[in-house]
Amino acid sequence: MIEIEGITKRYDATTVVDDVSMIIEPRTIAVIVGTSGSGKTTLLRMINRLVEPTSGIIKLDGADNRSVPGYELRRSIGYAIQGHGLFPHRTVAQNIATVPVLLGWDKDRIKARVDELMTLYQLDPREFGPRYPHELSGGQQQRVGVARALAAEPNVLLMDEPFGALDPIIRTKAQEDLLAIQKRFGTTIILVTHDMEEAVHMGDKIAVMDAGKLVQYAKPAEILANPASSFVETLVGASERPFRLLSLGRVRDAVENGAAEGEAIPGDASQRDALAELLWSGRPALPVKGADGKPLGRVTVDGLVKRAARPA
Amino acid sequence: MKAWLPLLLRLALVVLLVAFVTSPGWFEPLLKPLTENNAPVIYNQGSLLTLTLLHLRTVLIATVAATIVAVALAILVTRPAGAEFLPLSRSLVNIGQTFPPVAVLALAVPAVGFGEKPTLIALFLYGLLPIFENALTGLTTLPANVVEAARGAGMTGWQRLTKVELPLSAPIILGGIRLSVVISLATATIGSTVAAKTLGEVIIAGLLSNNLAFILQGGLIVAALAVLIYDGLSAVERYAARRMGREAE
Repeated sequence: MIEIEGITKRYDATTVVDDVSMIIEPRTIAVIVGTSGSGKTTLLRMINRLVEPTSGIIKLDGADNRSVPGYELRRSIGYAIQGHGLFPHRTVAQNIATVPVLLGWDKDRIKARVDELMTLYQLDPREFGPRYPHELSGGQQQRVGVARALAAEPNVLLMDEPFGALDPIIRTKAQEDLLAIQKRFGTTIILVTHDMEEAVHMGDKIAVMDAGKLVQYAKPAEILANPASSFVETLVGASERPFRLLSLGRVRDAVENGAAEGEAIPGDASQRDALAELLWSGRPALPVKGADGKPLGRVTVDGLVKRAARPA
Repeated sequence: MKAWLPLLLRLALVVLLVAFVTSPGWFEPLLKPLTENNAPVIYNQGSLLTLTLLHLRTVLIATVAATIVAVALAILVTRPAGAEFLPLSRSLVNIGQTFPPVAVLALAVPAVGFGEKPTLIALFLYGLLPIFENALTGLTTLPANVVEAARGAGMTGWQRLTKVELPLSAPIILGGIRLSVVISLATATIGSTVAAKTLGEVIIAGLLSNNLAFILQGGLIVAALAVLIYDGLSAVERYAARRMGREAE
């Protein structure tokens, strides 16, 4: 659990982060959204003390983050940044091993952990381990960057626009990978982005920041349904709201009894994808299948349209 | 075929240089036409080999000292605590460069006497600037997100310096050392005006006795050394740049 209590950061006369308080539950993903200059990155960097706050307290699992030296704190917290920041003079394996080496793990343990993470990220340790970062593609570099952040099994992972430099296709894949890994390790993730789409997709909770202030901190559905201010509303994008709301739900939660013609859609797909498929194919209903391939029922245009309406 | 040519030329130059300093007698017929009145063709007041080695030693000592001081200074002024000394150290090093080496020799002789010492002082002061400027450039133009990642991973200031900042700026620092060495190789010759044992002795002897053969052999050895060392250090630099993921331009 991360408790942020009354955190303020001032540079001379300008207040970058203004009295922000929020609690991030363990094993969840909190996404901080805002325009550039909203103070979201500064807030993130105060958690691992790359920036020292002017006032306020941040507690990690109940302990003040100033109770240990900054560098020790940072070794216990994963940190992934835009443009990955890999060390160009070190191999992929050495990059991933950075924090374990700093912590003085023994060689076998480091090697086992590096191999585990590389396999998890679909990078063959024997093929990619000895390579240098500039020999990898952008997507691979990004994966190595996240693998490095996760190497010392941190409970908390801070990510500053980690997918910012990726093209849309690799980006979606990277987001899915991160969600899968978060489930697997149960890491608490705080992710900074300016992309509301990403925030709705990734976040268990979304914190919207504007001019250093925390404007709203709530579940994605709540942010979409009841934006706290006109700023949040603009950020969400009025014309996108119904679709974002649908993207939060899974098809299996919208299943109705009955049958339909044509190719079945998996129950795990988002309701937004189902609606898109319905509209595109011009059909009124689609069959739904479970993970085991058995039919679950059907989804209808009418049913989905009702779900896209503003919640009462 | 073309790729072999530069290597072949360098190899030939090395062979020629070694042959000349070890057995200069072989080259007597070549240089003979440059002398008059049966003057000696090959420098005869000392071995060319010894002078070459002493010349190299002087340059080496001065460069090592200049490297240590310049890099240490650059590290110091790029730390947050030393940032305010940056302008001061810049001007100090610049003063070292603006003093003509001859003036340094003239000032140093009364203080430390004749011989190798005043030469070392002049070369040291003269070699500081290129190394310091390059080290400063290297340490201040590191990719920002790499330095950020090093901090974020929990490296201490010392670990960031030794594991990330110095390795990544090594190619640029090496470039400064290369410049400094080549300047020192040439400048060391004037050390012989204050009785330092360098190849300048051969040139000065030639000037005093109006012996073109002496001047030429002293000058050519220094020139060959400079070309070969410049080449060798360039290769090391390119290797380091590739190794550090900074492609050499």
